[in-house]
Amino acid sequence: MATSTLNPSEMAGAAPREVAWGRVRPGRRIADRTLKVGCTLFTVIGVFALGWILAMLLVRGLSALTPAIFVNITPGPGTTGGGLANAMLGSLILTGIGILVATPIGVLAGTYLAEYARTSKLAALVRFINDLLLSAPSILIGLFVYALFVAPFGGYSGWAGSIALAIIAIPVIVRTTEDMLRLVPNGLREAAAALGAPHSKVITLVTWRAARSGIVTGIILAMARIAGETAPLLFTALNNNFWFSPTLSGGVSNLPVTIYQFALSPYGNWQELAWAGALIITATILVLSVVARVLIRKEAAR
Amino acid sequence: MTTLSATVQARPDREGATAPARIAVRDLDFYYGDFHSLKSISMDFRDRQVTALIGPSGCGKSTLLRCFNRIYSLYPDQRATGEINLDGRNILSPSVDVNELRSRVGMVFQKPTPFPMSIYDNVAFGVRLYEKLPKAEVDVRVESALRKAALWGEVKDKLKGSGMGLSGGQQQRLCIARTVAQGPEVILLDEPTSALDPISTGKVEELIEQLRSEFTIAIVTHNMQQAARISQYTAFMYLGEVVEFGPTNGLFMNPAKKQTHDYVTGRFG
Repeated sequence: MATSTLNPSEMAGAAPREVAWGRVRPGRRIADRTLKVGCTLFTVIGVFALGWILAMLLVRGLSALTPAIFVNITPGPGTTGGGLANAMLGSLILTGIGILVATPIGVLAGTYLAEYARTSKLAALVRFINDLLLSAPSILIGLFVYALFVAPFGGYSGWAGSIALAIIAIPVIVRTTEDMLRLVPNGLREAAAALGAPHSKVITLVTWRAARSGIVTGIILAMARIAGETAPLLFTALNNNFWFSPTLSGGVSNLPVTIYQFALSPYGNWQELAWAGALIITATILVLSVVARVLIRKEAAR
Repeated sequence: MTTLSATVQARPDREGATAPARIAVRDLDFYYGDFHSLKSISMDFRDRQVTALIGPSGCGKSTLLRCFNRIYSLYPDQRATGEINLDGRNILSPSVDVNELRSRVGMVFQKPTPFPMSIYDNVAFGVRLYEKLPKAEVDVRVESALRKAALWGEVKDKLKGSGMGLSGGQQQRLCIARTVAQGPEVILLDEPTSALDPISTGKVEELIEQLRSEFTIAIVTHNMQQAARISQYTAFMYLGEVVEFGPTNGLFMNPAKKQTHDYVTGRFG
């Protein structure tokens, strides 16, 4: 009985009592199977669509990817060849400044929520607004920065672009910082306080350190998020087909807007460059995500 | 429970109530929000003696311990009224700096709480908070604290390794070393061995016995055998009150109150 499968006659033999069969409606079995088939089918559809995009990106992007892309700047209309060097450097700078601005604001605000104001009404409000910002359409943020920094100061600039990217990164960093700090066991805070450490030292020496890789992961994910943003740059950094000014005034070339413009263009070499650029951005985001995952796994293993 | 009285009788060091009081608790009440959890507690903790707090879960023994370093004040809805005099000064007075108080009254918790840093930095943590010492001096303090915590031999070759990499028993001794390194006067132990295996428990108990020559110790324990083994004084608490308090021998062998008798003989709790 232990090794054989449990069939109805054996059941009856083991427990001799009247068993009424047919309690399971046939409809239930059909519903059961329908859900299973439905879930599987739609998973396949989703994965197929994503896989198609990635496959196309790999095929078209790889064929367009040449060493020259990393050296030459974006070509003018009607010329041949060209590269993406200025757009890549521009994206790097815009993303870098954006993260540099967003990190202290995001980490400190997350620390405020998790360490100082855990249960206050103000914290609940901040948390709510932060969640709204987290899902705000990025074009709105671009327009906001346009109205605040571009229109009054007479022109597009890399600084405005970085600020727009920072505003998108901040809520991501606030959220992950708070979540990671909340995962730090209270016993650790009590132990540090019990040694006479003031609250500031408990935070800087113990809880930040305990949550360090989680917080860094949040920053990396925010970086991955803003590296591919196009909409907030359209109204702020715009784009530039040449090397941008070292002061970042005027348009600053960047990958997302370049892809947007080149993909829409009638020129073959521009379209090729758009494919290559898309592949480069996707690969960068992939690398950032993998790094973030490895960090999270390390944290979990501790 | 003949073993308990045997444990108590086997102890050679039962001195009379000669040591002066280090901590004098007077009319202490404690509240978690609206819940009145300690009711008018008055008792003395004697200098360089181990005082054990025993009683069933929820009787307030940990709460009482958490008053002595005001760790409860981390939580806004918890408050204590009355007096706790440490060397004659009421530590519940707002004029007492809690952080300074905590550097004088150390605490070890039920769950080992090593900080996410090296073994060396764990032990040096409390020292560095209050004293600016040259590196060589800190080295000496770390080594002496680890020796006192009977951990030096096991970790002396891996001081730069993470404190989180140690076993549970080692982590708890690391936490004791961390507390000892700061040079407190009083050490509070909140069920320090309940998360440890018997061998580690034995080591920590030996350690408490040794630390008694230098520190005044208060220990909360669920384990009556442990209280009988390591303490000179024991208080039996029930429902937020001290039912009976006195030398450990007397409390276990001739309890004055019926409740105490029932508890130490295992009839309830």
